[in-house]
Amino acid sequence: MATKVGMEVSVAVGEVVKAVNTDVIAAYPITPQTHIVEHLAELVANGELDAEFIPVESEHSAMSACLGSAAAGARTFTATAGQGLELMHEVLYVASSMQLPIVMTVANRALSAPLSVWGDHSDAMAVRDTGWIQIFTENGQEVVDHVLYAFRIAEDRKVLLPVMIHLDGFNLSHMIEPVLLPEQSEVDQFLPPNQYPLPLDPNKPVTMGDFGPPIIYTEAKWAQEVNLRASKEVILRAWKEFGDIFGRHYSSVECYHREQAKVLLLTMGSFGETAMMAIDNMRKEGRDVGLLKLRLWRPFPFEEIRQAVKDTEVLIVLDRALSFGGPGGPVCSEIKAALYGEAKKPKIISFVGGLGGRTINVAGFEYIVNRGIEISQTGSEHEFEIFGVRE
Amino acid sequence: MTKPENEITWKDLEIGSIVTEPGNASQYKTGDWRSQRPTYDFNKCIKCGICSIFCPEGCVELNEEGYLEANLFYCKGCGICARECWTQAITMVDEEE
Repeated sequence: MATKVGMEVSVAVGEVVKAVNTDVIAAYPITPQTHIVEHLAELVANGELDAEFIPVESEHSAMSACLGSAAAGARTFTATAGQGLELMHEVLYVASSMQLPIVMTVANRALSAPLSVWGDHSDAMAVRDTGWIQIFTENGQEVVDHVLYAFRIAEDRKVLLPVMIHLDGFNLSHMIEPVLLPEQSEVDQFLPPNQYPLPLDPNKPVTMGDFGPPIIYTEAKWAQEVNLRASKEVILRAWKEFGDIFGRHYSSVECYHREQAKVLLLTMGSFGETAMMAIDNMRKEGRDVGLLKLRLWRPFPFEEIRQAVKDTEVLIVLDRALSFGGPGGPVCSEIKAALYGEAKKPKIISFVGGLGGRTINVAGFEYIVNRGIEISQTGSEHEFEIFGVRE
Repeated sequence: MTKPENEITWKDLEIGSIVTEPGNASQYKTGDWRSQRPTYDFNKCIKCGICSIFCPEGCVELNEEGYLEANLFYCKGCGICARECWTQAITMVDEEE
């Protein structure tokens, strides 16, 4: 049985990457992800982890090195944040379309300008369509669990896709939290050895990332789409098996006090913790409100979302990113799209807040819920409302 | 490839569209990119081979009579051979259809 330790979440990420005996780490340090790669560099330098640590000159190179490493069949890890993720952008598509099982933690950070090292989801939303499996985490334990879990689903023969684990910059990356690190025996039970089926091998040459003329590109992209959607079955099954071994159970969409809730708030990432406190307060006052926490972002859990809101009258979605000139927060517009065809659907209200590290406290979440209900009754001329902006 | 490329379905592709057959680029018909093709006046040809040296596709081959001629399965019709030919033995003509 694992013992509980107090540990900075970034360091705990490093410990899990060590526990899974990662072969290659190619990463560039960037706030607020730095402590993850710092700790890994230390573990490799100390001889505690027998891995290649490739100190690259940029994130573009980091992801490119990861392509080569994963293609050779090595268990591969990297981490980044904000601008670093943006610099990787074009290579992210290559990783997913070549089906290379790379695991990456992203300590979510706002994008420049003005320069912000603090947290929001702008970086994650900009890589939404890169074809990676993407999971948002809420607390230190979820991060630890999902780093291990990410290797399991990435390397599954039926999936073979890169996986991004999002953890909010500072709110999670720099927190010292009580976490249960997995025992080696549990890791070995949950995670089989990486066996990439078509690795680079001089004795059995293959061509990866070949060019795709118009006659084949559509087929290649459709195969990729079918595969990403089908990965959900493995994602759900692996969560079940994880629960059986570790006793912690996860789902695509987590419901908190959904019972008899006419009004639901939806958040992603670490804000769920504070939002729960707000929901607790409002429940104590006899309000019929609840919370949804969207954990699986890609592939998008359409069925689970539809199921979760089937009896809801008002659904309030809080985004931590702006889609400039667009239809509101990116999460909210996807939720709207997922529910558009439903005969019975809630009124959906879009809020954007918590940008660039701006905190939303318990009172703030209560305000968002109350204001959301008000907008659902009065209507609004705006696509979305921004929370906490000084007029 | 076991099938002609216009019959390959998405289900036929390997994971990540990996190509498992080495050297199969030779099966890729680049000849249908061509809008002009080279024609030859072998009375002028001195078999110097300059056309094969300049051909960016590397598709100039010896024919049965020992003259140099582009393989139209690969020839993209760029016309460099006609431009370089010392004796102007090569003339580019439009592909009709």
